[in-house]
Amino acid sequence: MVMRLAISGVVFALLVGLFWVGLGLNPRELPSPLVGRPAPAFQIPDLFDPERQVSQADLRNRVTLLNVWASWCTSCRAEHRHLLALRRQGVRIVGLNYKDDRAAAFGYLESGGNPYEIVGFDQSGNAGIEWGVYGTPETFVIDRQGVVRYKHVGPLNEVVIRDELLPLITELERS
Amino acid sequence: MLPEIGQFALALALALALVQGVVPLAGAARHHVAWMSSARYAAFAQFLMVAIAYGCLTAAFINNDFSVQYVAGNSNTLLPLYYRITAVWGGHEGSLLLWVLMLAGWGVAVATFSRNLPLDMAARVLGVLGLVSVGFLSFMIFTSNPFVRLFPAPVEGYDLNPMLQDPGMIYHPPLLYMGYVGFSVAFAFAIAALLSGRLDAAWARWSRPWTTIAWVSLTCGIGLGSWWAYYELGWGGWWFWDPVENASFMPWLTGTALIHSLAVTEKRGTFRNWTVMLAIITFGLTLLGAFLVRSGVITSVHAFATDPERGVFILAFFAVTIGLSLALYAWRAPQVGLGGRFAAWSRETMLLLNNILLVIAAAVVLLGTIYPLAMDALGAGKISVGPPYFDSVFAPLMLPLAALIAIGPLVRWKQDQPVRTWQRTRLAVIAAAAAGAVWPLFYANWSPLVSLGLFVALWIVLAIGLELQERTRFAPTALASLKPAYLGMHVAHLGLALLMIGVAMVKGYEVEKDVRLSPGETVEVAGYAFTFRGTIPQRGPNYMADRGTVEVARGGTPVTTLYPEKRTYASKRGMPMTKASLDRGVLRDLYASLGDPLDKGAWVIRIYYKPYISWLWAGCILMALGGLLAASDRRYRVAVPGKQAAGAMALGRT
Repeated sequence: MVMRLAISGVVFALLVGLFWVGLGLNPRELPSPLVGRPAPAFQIPDLFDPERQVSQADLRNRVTLLNVWASWCTSCRAEHRHLLALRRQGVRIVGLNYKDDRAAAFGYLESGGNPYEIVGFDQSGNAGIEWGVYGTPETFVIDRQGVVRYKHVGPLNEVVIRDELLPLITELERS
Repeated sequence: MLPEIGQFALALALALALVQGVVPLAGAARHHVAWMSSARYAAFAQFLMVAIAYGCLTAAFINNDFSVQYVAGNSNTLLPLYYRITAVWGGHEGSLLLWVLMLAGWGVAVATFSRNLPLDMAARVLGVLGLVSVGFLSFMIFTSNPFVRLFPAPVEGYDLNPMLQDPGMIYHPPLLYMGYVGFSVAFAFAIAALLSGRLDAAWARWSRPWTTIAWVSLTCGIGLGSWWAYYELGWGGWWFWDPVENASFMPWLTGTALIHSLAVTEKRGTFRNWTVMLAIITFGLTLLGAFLVRSGVITSVHAFATDPERGVFILAFFAVTIGLSLALYAWRAPQVGLGGRFAAWSRETMLLLNNILLVIAAAVVLLGTIYPLAMDALGAGKISVGPPYFDSVFAPLMLPLAALIAIGPLVRWKQDQPVRTWQRTRLAVIAAAAAGAVWPLFYANWSPLVSLGLFVALWIVLAIGLELQERTRFAPTALASLKPAYLGMHVAHLGLALLMIGVAMVKGYEVEKDVRLSPGETVEVAGYAFTFRGTIPQRGPNYMADRGTVEVARGGTPVTTLYPEKRTYASKRGMPMTKASLDRGVLRDLYASLGDPLDKGAWVIRIYYKPYISWLWAGCILMALGGLLAASDRRYRVAVPGKQAAGAMALGRT
């Protein structure tokens, strides 16, 4: 009897404790295994110049935002103005055009404005697999040494940019 | 104006719930008759206030009053009237109001039907229900007020989530909540019994019909939810082991254990402590479900939009309620005697095993549900636990349980011989094993697991058949003279057997195919030829749709034509919705849903062949019917000879 009560008491206390801790966690946050590692190797043609290749080498030497997007992706449109604003603030952004049509991608950047310094054209989605992309848009921050520092899934918004992205970029640029 | 009246009514309801929670309990402790009698009036008054609040919110929905934030977030002028009424429970705040309304409603039902209960027992039960109400009403008023105004008021609402715009959604949440909330009554009876020290057969008899009705509601609610997910969500699944499904399934499992354990307590006076513990656990699991769904600790398709304050509140509510209950249990339970003894092979043993298996099953589901959370809390990374875990641990628990269902009712109370049981059931075992082995031969490939599932399910069916044959020879008059409780048990068990057959066949022989089809192309699935005839645009009351036509034929003769749709709702939500089209049948469902459009009128089309899936829902309906039959048994309504009978088995006597 005493044993049974003690067990139920302990189980109950553990549950409550677990939930208490759980309330402080964010279940929607999915960490990328890439964070803290060098950018994965990939090689895809440039969107504007099919002769030129875009690879992980293009992400080095400056703090860079890698943004995965597509013209068919509606939430990419929602974050587009933020990307343009970041560009105006001098942030270097490289685009990864994911499973798209070249003409449609051109049209998208012509009408919406082009925030990207370089855009890789990943028609097959193979580079996307290297980067662990499972939905557009996704945004990575890569430091000067080419190491992935941060990943955001879903469209960027003011809060994420103000509280996470910009402080991180400033810090990485200083070091 | 109306929303303010609703707000005021809620505040009054909270005050009345406090009165209902304090005065009768104090009265019962001090033998003060007037205080105890106040419980009934408080219960009625509280229900009236909550009903007024509920009416005010419904009126706001009907009038498209978008100055109420909750209405603006969950309705829209284009929404048809019946969905505006059901949209009241389409979001967190309103569904909580529905929950509270049902809780108050159960209180009124107890107050009405407890006339032959001793006054102090009725007062204690209603008092505990009042305290539970205080918890939920405060939760609503302080963290999730449905009447918050929005200024300036938007011209148009955000719309009800299109997935919820479906008839299945009209009934699913209310039934589910009826079940959840109904277990508060079982809990209130358990606490009242602990408080009074009167944990006896009379208590079990009072508690049984309430518990059974709550179980019936929960069964219907879960069944409807599964049925709704099956045809509405477009992926043809009927159970996903999603955390929120699990949140409703865990109390169902322990609730099932509870109704069986109550039977033992009523019939034999045994298992008393265990029954009380099960009532507390079941109620705790319903609170836990509310916490999981409404706090944001887990991700789920069902989870409401959340804020942390709510999570803290429900967690505190859970901790206090269950903590106090366990403390009360620790204090009182050791004084309760053990009740009648029983031999190792007896009905009691069978039911004990049933209870153990059901509780282990609930624990296994709980573990799978909170394991990702625990790993995350310990910093061990993000993981998810899915159907493979649950399927592989659940089947080994359910098969022996099903075998128990087949033999349990054949075993005598107190003492029996295994040999006698074997003699009574050997015919059923042999016939079921043979049929179970042969049946799958009609399908694609013979699988031992399907065969085993069919065997135990058929064993249950045959055992029931033989039992009724022996008792009544199936003569109508003899059948009609059977006690509803006894008949109800068999009907519910039969329901479970049908459900098992459905699960075994669907798991074993369903065919799912995602294909690219251009207009005119045909694909063959499980012997049926599905021909796609293209899509045409269509307009609904508040959506635009692409309506596909899929002709189905078998061996050249047309079987049916399916019209799956892809809808885009006009409201701001704007997400496309898949509306599957089904041809239902006794032995199989054919199911087509539109995936994504491709070039030149081609579509990705998802085609399913689901054998025996309708047996799942039929099984749920039979289980619920069985429960209703059992709860309708006359002996629950006859006046108990009151305190004398109860006193004879009171606390301390063993």
